[in-house]
Amino acid sequence: MTTTTMTMAKALNEGLRRAMEKDRRVLLMGEDIGKLGGVFRITDGLQKDFGEDRVIDAPLAESAIVGTAVGLAVRGYRTVVEIQFDGFVYPAFDQIVSQVAKLHKRTDGVYTMGLVIRLPFQGGIGAIEHHSESPEAYFVHTAGLRVVACSTPNDAYWMIQQSIEHDDPVIFCEPKSRYWEKGEVDLDNPPRGLFDAEVRREGSDVTVVAYGSMVKTALRAAEAAAGEGVSVEVIDARSLSPLDLDPMIASVEKTGRLVVVQEATKSASVGSEIVAELTERCFYSLRAPGVRVSGYHVPYPPSRIEDAFRPSVDRVLDGIDRVMGYA
Amino acid sequence: MIGEELIQLLTPEGQRVAHPEYESTLGGDEVFSFYRDMVIIRRLCNEATSLQRQGQLALWAPLQGQEAAQIGAGRALEPMDFTFPSYREHGIAWTRGVPPADMLRIFRATTTGGWDPQKYRHSVPTVVLGNQALHAVGYAMGVQRDGAEEAVMTFFGDGASSQGDVLESFVWAASFNAPIVFILQNNQWAISEPSSLQAKIPLYHRAHGFGFPGFRVDGNDVLAMYEVTKRALDNARAGGGPTLIEAYTYRMGAHTTSDDPTRYRIDAEVEMWKHRDPVERTKALLAREYKVKKAAFDEVAAEAETLALQLREDVLAMDAPDPITMFDDVYADAHPLVDEGRREMIELGVSVGPR
Repeated sequence: MTTTTMTMAKALNEGLRRAMEKDRRVLLMGEDIGKLGGVFRITDGLQKDFGEDRVIDAPLAESAIVGTAVGLAVRGYRTVVEIQFDGFVYPAFDQIVSQVAKLHKRTDGVYTMGLVIRLPFQGGIGAIEHHSESPEAYFVHTAGLRVVACSTPNDAYWMIQQSIEHDDPVIFCEPKSRYWEKGEVDLDNPPRGLFDAEVRREGSDVTVVAYGSMVKTALRAAEAAAGEGVSVEVIDARSLSPLDLDPMIASVEKTGRLVVVQEATKSASVGSEIVAELTERCFYSLRAPGVRVSGYHVPYPPSRIEDAFRPSVDRVLDGIDRVMGYA
Repeated sequence: MIGEELIQLLTPEGQRVAHPEYESTLGGDEVFSFYRDMVIIRRLCNEATSLQRQGQLALWAPLQGQEAAQIGAGRALEPMDFTFPSYREHGIAWTRGVPPADMLRIFRATTTGGWDPQKYRHSVPTVVLGNQALHAVGYAMGVQRDGAEEAVMTFFGDGASSQGDVLESFVWAASFNAPIVFILQNNQWAISEPSSLQAKIPLYHRAHGFGFPGFRVDGNDVLAMYEVTKRALDNARAGGGPTLIEAYTYRMGAHTTSDDPTRYRIDAEVEMWKHRDPVERTKALLAREYKVKKAAFDEVAAEAETLALQLREDVLAMDAPDPITMFDDVYADAHPLVDEGRREMIELGVSVGPR
């Protein structure tokens, strides 16, 4: 087993490189992804090594970035498009929900929409407006799309490759606040399937489900809770559409308490969906209603006060306290 | 109104006119076959309108008036070229070999597509205005990467020309020198809105601002449509990049069968365009220059009639799909929510009761 330590940004870069080496029909397209290597340097060096035909600097129009990737998919290419920031995905929303999500169905399976939409998402980097949003629920809500979120360098390395190989369109959410954190990457074996959740920490009193940036926050909260004698199990959802419910069900059947943590606002969110599904499936195991620890129902605030918006360890602990408050 | 920039090779009276840059390369047999295509697609279109009026289709988008724009452009295509239509391109579909009944499936609401787009190299209808223009450019970028000598063609109207996707597709096509021909059918009306609301300049002028050539062609002149399109396609295949062709034409009928054009346009305008009919002028040319006899025209009419009856029969036999098929092909691979829905429908049975 070959393991190496690298940042999530580097792991994504290496994953993209490996996918491009394996399949010449894999292309990258996005704004500033060529010479600059992307504003987050995720595609650093790839244009130099694979050429301008495969690593395409796109004019600045998100609908066209996705729309032309659809045409490339019809032609048999697998294009990984980079949306520079979460808040810039909305100009492409029409192409994503009207075309990317539906063309496989509309053509009775003739068109394979094998494209990946990379979405640096969530906040925590001190940016200006539109650079810190969590739009994943819009896509989870849409039949025909798959949505995943990585939380570690190892997952980033493998999940980007698995997304590219998958025949369905994948919205690939990258927690940009974790881009520069390092972790071990196993270069030989994928940790698990693309759509599998993973138990990150075992516990017996409360189940905390998180994804993206909030996995680490949840783990820190679990550590703090352990100091107070509360045993927290942390599950990284990893896949948001489909949700891998089985490990969550097993966990809630064990703990009887559920907290979901997300940066997104609460209303009609992925967290809401997880609470609803687990309430339906684990009703008699639950000892307390599921609690969502979320961003507030306000536009993402100016980043000088974003830490008051994004769920913190303390707010997760408060959520844990609330479910522990039931007998 | 039209101006001298209009490329025309055949007048509304069926007289040939000289153009400094284009001349018709078609022989009599070819012109006759173009005429046949136009007569047939018009007849099929009328049959579809009747079927809608009789409650057999949910909707129909008639092409009447635009036959030359579509047959001229469609016949200029090579078999390996690929086309991305909007929802009124029945004439293009006909030239690509799509069975007429398949064209009506989406309008009978038994599918959201209708045919195998790879088989006919003609994509499925796109209802959201302008989306397909980007797909076409992306496909053309794939053609470039494959080093293939193929061209791509896409279609939209004067209304859709205001859509961001269409304008973005112009940027992409220009920047990447994509082998694509944009056919803008300016049929003067976007439901009730006149083309003057979409553009304060002739629409084909927009191409120049994006950095590639644009032409306005008499869209009711099948000879001109063919020649201009063919040259643009050849140019695209040879690496010459994109072309915009504005087919200046007229929507003789309603936008769709749900529309009532008497609320927004005057009879005199419709009358004026009747005199520019694409089918009649071709017929006049054939009769005068190629001495085509009435019997030959009658034969085409009879063939169109037979096809229309066949279309009616095929459409009436087209049943609603089994509801369980709504769960097919949503994803290429299994998805638990789709599976859950399918299971529920099987267990509970299909429920179509009152609501």
